[in-house]
Amino acid sequence: MPTNNSNSEQTAKQEMLEVRVWRGQGQGQLKPYQVPLRKNQTVLDVITEIQRLQAPDLSYRFSCRVGVCGSCAMTVNGKPRWTCRTHVSKVADEGVLTIEPLRNLPKIKDLVCDLAPFIDTWQKAGAVFKPTGTRYDAPAKVDPDSACRRAADASLQCINCAVCYSACDVVNWNKDYVGPAALNRAWTLLNDVRHDERAATLDKVFEDGGCGSCHSHGNCTRHCPIELSPSASIAGLKRTLFTGLPGK
Amino acid sequence: MTPLNKHQSYFAAIGHRFSGVLLSLFLPVHFLLLGTALEGEANFDRYLAFADNPLVKFAEWGLVILLSLHLFFGLRVLMLEFTSWPATKHLGKGENPMIRRWSSWVIPSVIASAFIGVIFLVQSF
Ligand code: HEM
Ligand code: SF4
Ligand code: SF4
Ligand code: FES
Repeated sequence: MPTNNSNSEQTAKQEMLEVRVWRGQGQGQLKPYQVPLRKNQTVLDVITEIQRLQAPDLSYRFSCRVGVCGSCAMTVNGKPRWTCRTHVSKVADEGVLTIEPLRNLPKIKDLVCDLAPFIDTWQKAGAVFKPTGTRYDAPAKVDPDSACRRAADASLQCINCAVCYSACDVVNWNKDYVGPAALNRAWTLLNDVRHDERAATLDKVFEDGGCGSCHSHGNCTRHCPIELSPSASIAGLKRTLFTGLPGK
Repeated sequence: MTPLNKHQSYFAAIGHRFSGVLLSLFLPVHFLLLGTALEGEANFDRYLAFADNPLVKFAEWGLVILLSLHLFFGLRVLMLEFTSWPATKHLGKGENPMIRRWSSWVIPSVIASAFIGVIFLVQSF
């Protein structure tokens, strides 16, 4: 960060950010806006400023503003990102920001896309938890140092933001491919001793459009904002061909 | 929509598929010719004369390059999928070391394949 000269913002001519925002329903195009450049401004701040002051009909999604909910993901200067955790200073390209909806999902309006196909992939990949016990049983004992627990731990905490899904070229080419997030989740379930349908999950993972469609480009892992490694989880799934279900 | 910024691993995957498909098309022809050459002395002589044709040598050179590229790119996928990944979650260290390491494998693979191609040319002329 440059050292703060508190007067410069008011006295000098206000520096402006060129923002090109995807507008339209279904078909659309980039529309130019100008927003004052501010310190510590996030991409989500910029979008909000446009919506409040210039384009009240601009549609976009956000909720938590702090990287917890995963609803603010968009394509910023070509890359899928959480807009709430992306500082303008980090991504603006010579003072220009291009903001588009996520790739690989149907566009609804402006920056909002339909996440239903993404959510459906979780079902398709067998990434649905079926507990071995009930609420009346004592909590399962899981050894924190066991191989399974460690493998699950490495891939937990996905917040379903669809950034990786949007970054994956194979999802783009092959509409049947379930994509990185669903497979990452399936991998945590295969490593979860409390999951009652591990064999069924494993079967689904290897169906058409499952882990065999991934070519290990690693774009999912490159873009996941929490630095999870769906590629590593998918490699783990592929290795079960030789090792069977992960041991306890 | 702006296209996704392409990474080296993207080009590796495209190169892998491209070389794989071309190999599947041309290796059978290669083996067919080799096979017919073994059916009698006359055939073998005819094959040798045929293989001396610069165009045929050029085609063989292409096969060598394709095979070498496919091999290096294939090794890359196998290393990504069969060696263990470091846990990097929440370290804020930027690009995953495993992804970085095997992306930096791509350009050397292309250079090595070009080198192998040169050796083949030197040997065959
Ligand atoms: C030299 C040793 C070879 C190695 C180490 C190798 C390795 C591989 C690997 C790991 C893949 C999977 C790629 C992925 O999942 O993205 C693959 C795909 C493929 N290979 Fe090979 N291969 C070799 C030789 C060959 C040969 C001789 C042919 C042709 C006859 C061939 C044709 C293909 C094809 C068509 C694909 C599918 C490509 C794709 O789906 O993108 N490979 N190879
Ligand atoms: S590693 Fe697999 S899931 Fe991830 S971006 Fe590449 S192809 Fe898609
Ligand atoms: S794996 Fe990462 S990028 Fe993919 S949906 Fe989960 S949090 Fe988002
Ligand atoms: S608004 Fe919740 S993650 Fe960005």
